[in-house]
Amino acid sequence: MINIIGKRYIFFALSLLIIIPGLIILAIRGVPMAIDFTGGSLLEFKFENGALPPPAEIVSLYKELGIEDIQAQTTGEGTIIARSSFLDEQGRTRVINALENKFGSTATVLRFDSVGPTIGQEVASRAALAVLVAALVVIGFITFAFRGIQNAFRYGICAIIAMFHDVLIVISLTVFGAILAGWQVDALFLTALLTVIGFSVQDKIVVFDRIRENSNVYRRLDFETLVNHSIIQTLQRSINTQLMTVEFMLLALALFGGVTLREFALILLVGLLSGTYSSIFIAAPILVVWQKREWRKWFRRSEAGASA
Amino acid sequence: MSRLTRPLIFILLIIIISIWINIPNSPGINFLGINRTFETRLGLDLVGGVQALLEADLPADTPISAEAMSTARRIVENRVNGLGVTEAVVQQAGDRRIVVELPGETDPEKALSTLRQTGLLEFVDMSSISAEEALALVGTKIRTDIPLGTETVTESVTSTLTSQVFPTVMTGSALKTVQVTRSQIGEYEVAFELNSDAAKTFADFTSRNIGNILAIVLDKEVISVPRINSAITDGQGVITGNFTQESANSLAIQLRYGSLPIPLKVVEVRTIGPSLGQDSLQKSLEAGLIGFAIVILFMAIYYRLPGVLADVSILIYALIAFAVFRFIPVTLTLPGIAGFLLSTGSALDANILIFERMKEELRSGRTLNQAMDLGWQRAWSSIRDSNIATLITCGILFWFGSTYGATLVKGFSLTLAIGVVISLFTAIVVTRTSLGLVLGYFKPTNLARWFGL
Repeated sequence: MINIIGKRYIFFALSLLIIIPGLIILAIRGVPMAIDFTGGSLLEFKFENGALPPPAEIVSLYKELGIEDIQAQTTGEGTIIARSSFLDEQGRTRVINALENKFGSTATVLRFDSVGPTIGQEVASRAALAVLVAALVVIGFITFAFRGIQNAFRYGICAIIAMFHDVLIVISLTVFGAILAGWQVDALFLTALLTVIGFSVQDKIVVFDRIRENSNVYRRLDFETLVNHSIIQTLQRSINTQLMTVEFMLLALALFGGVTLREFALILLVGLLSGTYSSIFIAAPILVVWQKREWRKWFRRSEAGASA
Repeated sequence: MSRLTRPLIFILLIIIISIWINIPNSPGINFLGINRTFETRLGLDLVGGVQALLEADLPADTPISAEAMSTARRIVENRVNGLGVTEAVVQQAGDRRIVVELPGETDPEKALSTLRQTGLLEFVDMSSISAEEALALVGTKIRTDIPLGTETVTESVTSTLTSQVFPTVMTGSALKTVQVTRSQIGEYEVAFELNSDAAKTFADFTSRNIGNILAIVLDKEVISVPRINSAITDGQGVITGNFTQESANSLAIQLRYGSLPIPLKVVEVRTIGPSLGQDSLQKSLEAGLIGFAIVILFMAIYYRLPGVLADVSILIYALIAFAVFRFIPVTLTLPGIAGFLLSTGSALDANILIFERMKEELRSGRTLNQAMDLGWQRAWSSIRDSNIATLITCGILFWFGSTYGATLVKGFSLTLAIGVVISLFTAIVVTRTSLGLVLGYFKPTNLARWFGL
């Protein structure tokens, strides 16, 4: 039988290898927040004659109008996206008129979002609150659902640790996405993240449920073997559900779903993959680490190493 | 077989109802006291339009009464209806915000100026027309000698009555108090008191016009046409009529708050052009179909007979989910469609959990029927608990979305939650019944071929 639990420290290291660089970059550069959180305006438009002026010209036009914090980019579909400080309706009309005058073509507005600064901050702080509330409710629910077996509370905590692992993986991905593809953290990102959290927990429960069942059947088996056995038993289901169904669906969305959904689908893709990975390679192994209180051994080993 | 008959009838019934709801131009349901027609509602991000978030323009620590907010919402709704946008949505979000959605509207400037304008309440002299003619004007727009902002009403003029300019006696600013009272015989009335300046004008006017109509007009729309029964000389009058408590309250509110009871400011505007919406809809539908096709193929190849049955139940699942979306109705947004696609994942997950369990039981030498029963029994606890966890997250997302007027988040959590609930039904009832039914007629001996062992 494959021994997954025995190699647990390798898997922990692997995850840290992805998470830590992401967090370091996050700490240094931060991650660009969309106007959903910072407040400001986003204007996506295209010129009817197909003109696609360089972003720098758009930026200078905005500056002439006295508008601040401008970022402009062209998309692969012949449209231009300009982000700036908060614009009201009159501001928008002024920008459009100026654009049409300067580039001599009718500009069609595809999208115009304007978010006041206070509401953005409020959304961000409430989103964090929503995640915390979700985490607490889930710990409570798992403790309740597993009340029949020893240390039910641990299962809740381990599920949440693994859930935060998934959140960190998604954040790392977003940080890399921000550097490579100009991603921004927006309301859709938040939706994706919260979904990852929901499905992550769903996955852990399936694995834990098997441990719950097996611990009633094989009372004599030592905990490490029991957990490993349970993981192997659910492995086929994890692969089939996650890789074959959910991931295919998301891959189709990412490839064919249009620009609006691409970032969303990619985050879900990686996040849900991480959710499955962490049920097997993070959540269950941590249960074993906890059961054996291995953190005491970490110190002993280093002492032994020092004395040898 | 008999234990399968009842679930089978139940499933067929649900399928028939779903198809009935789903067919294009569905004739609707018109019996058992239900009278409904059905249509697919598409969100702003798919059809284009304007979404605005209005917030009470008061310091954050000022308490705002729920009544004032709901009155403000109603007034905003009235103004939005004046824009002539079909399927406009005006909803309260949290304690101090109102979301306005105007599908198909492309001019945010015009829309917002309409929302922000102050309502104008007028008392209009209709002595020139009869009571019947006046009554016919209720709910229509008229012209008075006070102009209303930049808006012109002439465009909608259709008859001589609406083209006539009526003189305005006084405006809503003349009202000091308005309240709902009950007469001696218990009928609801709206009692009002005027401030001293207006009382004099009103005394003159009413004594000259006994028996004539004095119309109450809000934003040029006639909302009530009371007759002057006697001269009102002391500045205090009552409006009587066949009021219910509700209609009396609503008139009192309109008199009291002709303008918004609380100042509102626009904190967020989102405009989506119609072409972008069309494009997104088409692409996400294509993507969904491709994903669906791959998943269905995979299930059939890997799980063989049960896989094909699971595919059938997934199609039934999609049918039911779509019918539920049309029935409630749920406004479908882009994330909403994504949520629905993800919930098909959940639906398959339940099937896969059960089939894997069945295979295990088959490998350990149980008979087909035993394996089927045990597979369902043993997989149930994990299906139940894991889906409850997803529903909990959906609930929190929904709360988050509705408090902040983030309709995208709300749409996503709603379709995901509906999908999860329906997926439980299809996996537990539909797949199981159809598998039982097939195995009742057909006893496969080669398990490797039919079950992919």
